[in-house]
Amino acid sequence: MGLLEVSGPVMTGPSSSHTLGALRIARFVYKLMGIPESVVFTLHGSFALTYKGHGTDRALLAGIIGLKADDPRVKEAYDLAKDVGLKYEFEFADLGDVHPNTVLIKARKGDLYNEVEGSSIGGGAIRITKINGVECSLAGDYPALVVVNKDRPGALKGILDCINTNIANVYLRRVNALKGIALTIIELDENPTEEVLECIRTLKNVIEVCAVRLEEGEMI
Amino acid sequence: MKFAELIEIWQNTNLEFSEIILAQEMIETGRDPEKVKQVLSNLLKVMFEEAEKNFGKRFETLTGLTGDNAYKLANAKPKMMSEFNYVATVVALSMGESNASMGRIVACPTAGSCGVVPGAAYALWKVQRADFNDLLKSFIVASGIGNVVAKRATLSGAAGGCQAEIGTATAMASGLLTYYYSNDPIKVGHAAALALKALMGLVCDPVGGFVEVPCVKRNGNAVNVAIATAEMALAGIESVIPFDEVVEAMYEVGKSLPESLRETGLGGIAATKTAKEVVEKIRENWKGAE
Repeated sequence: MGLLEVSGPVMTGPSSSHTLGALRIARFVYKLMGIPESVVFTLHGSFALTYKGHGTDRALLAGIIGLKADDPRVKEAYDLAKDVGLKYEFEFADLGDVHPNTVLIKARKGDLYNEVEGSSIGGGAIRITKINGVECSLAGDYPALVVVNKDRPGALKGILDCINTNIANVYLRRVNALKGIALTIIELDENPTEEVLECIRTLKNVIEVCAVRLEEGEMI
Repeated sequence: MKFAELIEIWQNTNLEFSEIILAQEMIETGRDPEKVKQVLSNLLKVMFEEAEKNFGKRFETLTGLTGDNAYKLANAKPKMMSEFNYVATVVALSMGESNASMGRIVACPTAGSCGVVPGAAYALWKVQRADFNDLLKSFIVASGIGNVVAKRATLSGAAGGCQAEIGTATAMASGLLTYYYSNDPIKVGHAAALALKALMGLVCDPVGGFVEVPCVKRNGNAVNVAIATAEMALAGIESVIPFDEVVEAMYEVGKSLPESLRETGLGGIAATKTAKEVVEKIRENWKGAE
């Protein structure tokens, strides 16, 4: 928190927690996989109660198609989503013991399927709390890699050996014991280069890798 | 950092006060002062663009509970207000209503209180024909005031009530006006303290939890508090309690507010019979639209 956070940011109203934060969570998913073909937003708590009155629905749609928080078109997100052919659905459910402003985003694009849960924790700040079942705590202020890999000895070492920048955090879990699949989330100090991604992608234990990159001076 | 410590640096160095605030920011966050200044300049420009574009417009807000307040005032001839207050109030209402209709705003310091600082700054620019660089210096000083509250208390209505949002916005706007006219950080401290004291205890009681009632009109009222307290400080009126201590007191008051009065939409005017009826109607409309 500093002068710029106090006197800014420029954003689409009306609420930093219910509009800006919601947009940032959805935009994280966009950064992870691009614009999906279909998406289901599950709204919890205060998000579910007040969503239209805060434009949370439009903010989520705007974020998932990649708009930034200060884009004047956030308001027209329903039309824009239709234009890009996005199939969307909103549902309401109790997601359990989570922050009141929480949304679960299930997004599909071809063979790619991601489930991301995130909370808007106040003032527009967010926490990505779960990616495909793996608990984590990403604030969206670091670039991140999400790797689906075979759960074999040496898999993690192989991935880490590809990375040439400082690692901020690592989250790792076996997600499917039957198929022997694990998920690794790595936060980095700098954006991963194409070489790094290619190195990870071609590892024999890696099934899939997605990168969430940050533009200069940007939070998600 | 306490505000008093910033004043102490100013007294010992005699540097321009906005430069001290930028230098302090560099110490705390490592950010390049020139870059910070540039981003703040952009925030101020966006405020002016939006104020110009939306001045006295009608808005279609998300709930329809507000939307024609700025329009009504802009189309009335003021009977008591000066031109300065009038322009500031129309802008504050316009920003509040633009925010409620998903317009572009500057969350200075929050989205719900986004009309107060632009109201004051735009009135200086438009009515007083102020120079942009002087305004920018004053805006940096205002940001420094907000930063003291953010660091030593809270800017969140959910944590500290409306006094933390509108109260801080008003202290910032009052400081902005005072610095513009005096370049005197000591007077700025008194202005900010007077403003925050004027709104001490203000609860956050949005009808239905939406950022419309009473938020929009509170922006319009608060900018007048900012002007009045700045005028007092410029005349040499002092706050008996220094700004830093008022900030601490505001925080204590905020923490002692029951949850129903901290942005839950459960207390204050949000708990009135009319509020409940209005919210019921809005929810029915949503269902109808689905």
